[in-house]
Amino acid sequence: MSREIHIQPITRIEGHASIQIQLNEAGDVQDARVNIMSLRGFEKFIEGKPAEEVPRIVSRICGICPWMHHLASNKAVDRCFGVTPPPAAQKLRELMQTIAHAEDKLLHFFFLAAADFVIGPDADYSVRNVIGIAKAHPELAQKVVHMRHRAKMVLEKFAGKAIHPIAGVVGGFSKPMLEEDRREILAQMRELLDFALFTLEFAKTKVFPPYMETIQSLGVIRTGFIGTVDATGALNLYDGRVRLMKPDGTFTEFDVQDYADVLGEHVEPYSYAKMPYAKVWNEGFCLDENNPRGIYRANTLARINVADRIATPRAQAELEEFREKFGRPAQATLLYHWARLIEEVYACEHAIELLEDPEICDPQVRAEVEPRAGRGVGSVEAPRGTLIHDYSTDENGLITRANLIVGTTHNIAPMNLSVKQAARSLIHQGVVDQGLLNRVEMAVRAYDP
Amino acid sequence: MSVTVASEWLNACSGCEISLVDLGERLLDVLNLVEIVHMPVLLDHKYFGQTGDKKHVDIPEAEVGLISGGIRNEEHAHIAAHMRSRCKVIIALGTCATHGGIPALANSFPVSDLLERCFTTESTDENPRTFEPPVPQLLDRCSALDEHIAVDVYLPGCPPHPDQLFSALTALVQGTMPELPAKSVCDTCPTVREGKGKLTELRRFLQNPFYSSPREPLDKMPCLLEQGFLCMGPVTRAGCGGDATTPRCIAARVPCRGCYGPVRHDGNPMLDMLNALASNGIDVKSLPEFPSLLRFAGAHRLLRPSRPRKER
Ligand code: SF4
Ligand code: SF4
Repeated sequence: MSREIHIQPITRIEGHASIQIQLNEAGDVQDARVNIMSLRGFEKFIEGKPAEEVPRIVSRICGICPWMHHLASNKAVDRCFGVTPPPAAQKLRELMQTIAHAEDKLLHFFFLAAADFVIGPDADYSVRNVIGIAKAHPELAQKVVHMRHRAKMVLEKFAGKAIHPIAGVVGGFSKPMLEEDRREILAQMRELLDFALFTLEFAKTKVFPPYMETIQSLGVIRTGFIGTVDATGALNLYDGRVRLMKPDGTFTEFDVQDYADVLGEHVEPYSYAKMPYAKVWNEGFCLDENNPRGIYRANTLARINVADRIATPRAQAELEEFREKFGRPAQATLLYHWARLIEEVYACEHAIELLEDPEICDPQVRAEVEPRAGRGVGSVEAPRGTLIHDYSTDENGLITRANLIVGTTHNIAPMNLSVKQAARSLIHQGVVDQGLLNRVEMAVRAYDP
Repeated sequence: MSVTVASEWLNACSGCEISLVDLGERLLDVLNLVEIVHMPVLLDHKYFGQTGDKKHVDIPEAEVGLISGGIRNEEHAHIAAHMRSRCKVIIALGTCATHGGIPALANSFPVSDLLERCFTTESTDENPRTFEPPVPQLLDRCSALDEHIAVDVYLPGCPPHPDQLFSALTALVQGTMPELPAKSVCDTCPTVREGKGKLTELRRFLQNPFYSSPREPLDKMPCLLEQGFLCMGPVTRAGCGGDATTPRCIAARVPCRGCYGPVRHDGNPMLDMLNALASNGIDVKSLPEFPSLLRFAGAHRLLRPSRPRKER
């Protein structure tokens, strides 16, 4: 008899989602989809608000990556008002973003994802989690909690609030960095870099090896990729041009101001989240896993696929090793975890670079601003993908119109494909159990939603 | 002795949960004192059983139920009611749960406008804007938790500071009720106030406040409100600085926007702030718009669509 399996909620992710798996008479998978269950309406309710207040409002889109929304929004408002922040402010914003990336990747890897590998995908749900890791490996847990917390507290101590930040302001940054702050944070970031290198080594030798086969087979789909690069084609999380790669590895670049010519957003009745796709490929949108159309992916794996190189030495060495093993573009979904740890190394190295630049302590951190009518698109690479905020303002500088493309949403269509592929390869004759359904969820967790 | 805890997030952003994780080393102590039986952000417990075959939502019983986020859709309302029936003590965690939080800014607009806007942006394909189960229907407004279920403990903050979460959880484990500061942000703010200024108008936050040098401590900087910036400190509950006590925004030299909610649970920050400004001779017309005074407290029907939409 045909039936439906409903995995609800998807756990150890950020947000509200569920998976529906439709089985046919024979108990094989007919269809599977991911439902995004919530809608809050930010695009509407920031209308009428003074634009300079919006970076403090949109941070509440996500409590895991509030810095990303805060900064993309600040950039968009700067453009609306036609202001360029002083160099030190740009560096402070980028530094905050880079540290937030470093902290987020540890959170995602250890708190949300690692239990599937460290404890095992078939373990009972009561132990397959960070509490289970803490019991099984108390020393590791202590170290992880400590290091992640340190990174987070750097943000709070220097910038006031770490969750739902306020220190980015239209025209710049709210306070300068003092020499003693710089030295203290630099020491912290050097320590974090050591931990990042340890984590990657630990993952490569202890965590991933038993699952190499799973990694290369679970939820593998063939898609394009999106991410930001600098003028030399190197990975950049804060600024640059957006590169859109086709599944065959060829790519084009565009200025994020022109995003609407390149990307479209598709709507399905089973999900509140819109599904961005590559409109510019002129092939439409299709979720058939054997013949997907318009589908590309964002976030860690995507960024290291589209970038020609990484501008810091340790991360570049890791990228070379990764490319040798998995090619470019690498397509296996679970490689997102590996790519995440390479980016962790980059984030620490880059934070150190920024802190070694004495200009970061320049006291000039905010430019004069006059509200005015305008339009501005701001973007950054959020942990979950290319984040785009697009605002228009009236002559008083109040928001008249907003369009947001949130990092996670780029991956909703591919998540649907990965879940379908995983469910089809794992479920036969209607036989399911906890471990097997958890493997289907792992295809979602890789994307860091 | 360990206490059982169930946790849910409803119309939430996960910041409240991350603030818990930000307990740092204390997190491991807390995890030793509590037994978590349900918590979607960390634990794989499912509503309909691990293989999804139960007919009704089933969250295990717990002594303490932590709920972040307000109520925006039918699923939230259902889960909140279920949590109420399964937990002895319900804690509303964060300002979304206690007062609606930022998402309740949506209450200035009818739901149809939200859907219309979200699904007709210039990058969105044409679509019918209708949604089918399991995607839940939106309710007509965004509510605080206590508009749907009885709440025993309120822990406002967007997000609540980890120090406060730690003392609240420790109190509960010891069998006592956590207490909130009854002061305002101003009462804990170190800046210099000189009493009534000559201020007649408010400025928008387009320049950083005045202070003579970056090394100058906060207790030498003139009060931001007296500098002419709108600061919600007078009408906002204290506590955001945690054990360090300095309000967090002020520490970054940025005015308070009220994320801890009103000083009294049922206060109206918009009325209170307008009163405070008017009694100091400040022309409230200098504010560019008003709903932002209820930026974190738009539930409890304080924010509503301004007038019925004119059909064109
Ligand atoms: S109170 Fe703030 S941190 Fe908590 S869920 Fe709401 S928006 Fe997020
Ligand atoms: S100063 Fe105000 S807005 Fe800032 S964290 Fe404290 S209560 Fe929230």
